[in-house]
Amino acid sequence: MTAEAIQDKLKVIVQPYVNHQENFDNLTSKSDFINDLQINSANLVDVVLDVEDEFDIRIENDDMEKMISVEATVNVIQKKLKSK
Amino acid sequence: MKTQRVVITGLGVVASNAVGVSPFTDAIKSGKSGIQFHSNLKELKFSCQIGGIPEISQELMDTYFTALEQRGLLATGLIYGGIAGQEAWADAGLDITEEVDPDSGIIFGTGVLGVDKLREAFHRIDQKQVRRLGSTSVLQTMASGISAFLGGKLGCGNQVTTNSSACTTGTEALLMGYDRISSGKAKRMLVGSCSDSGPYVWGGFDALRILPHQYNDRPEEASKPMSESAAGFVPSSGAGAMLIESLESALEREAPIYAEVLGGCINSGGQREQGSMTAPNSSAVKSCISKALVEAGVNSEDIDLINAHLTATAMDATEVQNWSEALQKSGKNFPYINSLKSHVGHALAAAGSVELVSSILELSQGFIFPNLNCDTIHPNILKIVDKEKIPRTLLKKNLNIIAKASFGFGDVNACVILKKYSNGDNSA
Repeated sequence: MTAEAIQDKLKVIVQPYVNHQENFDNLTSKSDFINDLQINSANLVDVVLDVEDEFDIRIENDDMEKMISVEATVNVIQKKLKSK
Repeated sequence: MKTQRVVITGLGVVASNAVGVSPFTDAIKSGKSGIQFHSNLKELKFSCQIGGIPEISQELMDTYFTALEQRGLLATGLIYGGIAGQEAWADAGLDITEEVDPDSGIIFGTGVLGVDKLREAFHRIDQKQVRRLGSTSVLQTMASGISAFLGGKLGCGNQVTTNSSACTTGTEALLMGYDRISSGKAKRMLVGSCSDSGPYVWGGFDALRILPHQYNDRPEEASKPMSESAAGFVPSSGAGAMLIESLESALEREAPIYAEVLGGCINSGGQREQGSMTAPNSSAVKSCISKALVEAGVNSEDIDLINAHLTATAMDATEVQNWSEALQKSGKNFPYINSLKSHVGHALAAAGSVELVSSILELSQGFIFPNLNCDTIHPNILKIVDKEKIPRTLLKKNLNIIAKASFGFGDVNACVILKKYSNGDNSA
């Protein structure tokens, strides 16, 4: 799956947790979950669970800690999909 | 420091027979039962397959909870309390702002919160899936989840806490909030209580064999406080909420006042004498009622109506006897007495607050709601109270003072005295 396709799916996943609509509308690969999208840090675990369900992958703690921006999250998902 | 008078300026309610103050007022006036048969209780082989569960529409959910808050939300008590608490806040004419309000606090009690969420969590944990619990497992299952939720919604900056004293919880919450305002530590307190619904809350009571099993085919007739055929309490759920504030604060905001809280008493029977984990010590009950009158500065002649605890068990006659001895009143001199449990069942930790809302409505609108399912009053009760004092139909009546009491497991008691608010009147 291309990075663009993953990012499109990720955008749908994070939408319910976003607290900054304008930055969400202008989401890029550089968008940071907490600083730009203002997602409550407790909800980051929900984003990870929703990613696991959507892509049918399992994300361990060390990868989870990296998933704080769109780009880093797309990278983790791509890596997991390749090793499936 | 000068003691502050405390008044009630906002109400919210989620009951098995109606949700919202206005529909609830109509329901208790017309004697609408909230008790229904629930097929899941039958499938689970409960003896008592009936109960009271409030009907919450999606529209109501969308009014009080964001889409994100609704995700994975299984804690029914949190839903009921969240709705009732926010309703009372808005009913008092208070806004939700970006600023924290250091003068407003919350005491919102519960028994156990989020049992359905706990069940989901236990299953996940046992399946070695603890990592998949999600972010709201704690908020939905900590007892103080309800006060924490409301505190964030409303921006309260005073004390925000949860009390728990079984079926006394709601009445205790009101008195705890009253103390905080009368002593000048807060201007406004949102007080109330909530209780989850369903088999995982009610199962333990079914096991104690204290719920009626004879009415599964006619649920509306099952809850019969003071009746000769009372067969046990009908399990229920819901939430009640009251916004109370100093008279000074209410007058300053020009907020309409429902009633005044004159005072009350909280005590325990210590599980001594006839008291136990599940039965009250009558001496302590009488002492609680007497001290509430003293605290409120009223005489027993002043009590127009008792909103009793009366659950529809063999203890009903004992409770009436305790009221009679504490007030030194009997026969035709006994005040009117009613029990909302005949309408909504026993809402457990939510009982006190839901019933208080009914009392406050009776005071402010001048009526006494009917006792349902009480065609034949228990003969031991008729020995104490004249039957005219146990209304079975709606009575229009100008009321001045109501005594409300709740008693709970652990031999704990609370009694509060409410008075119709009259402008400029500084005495009871």
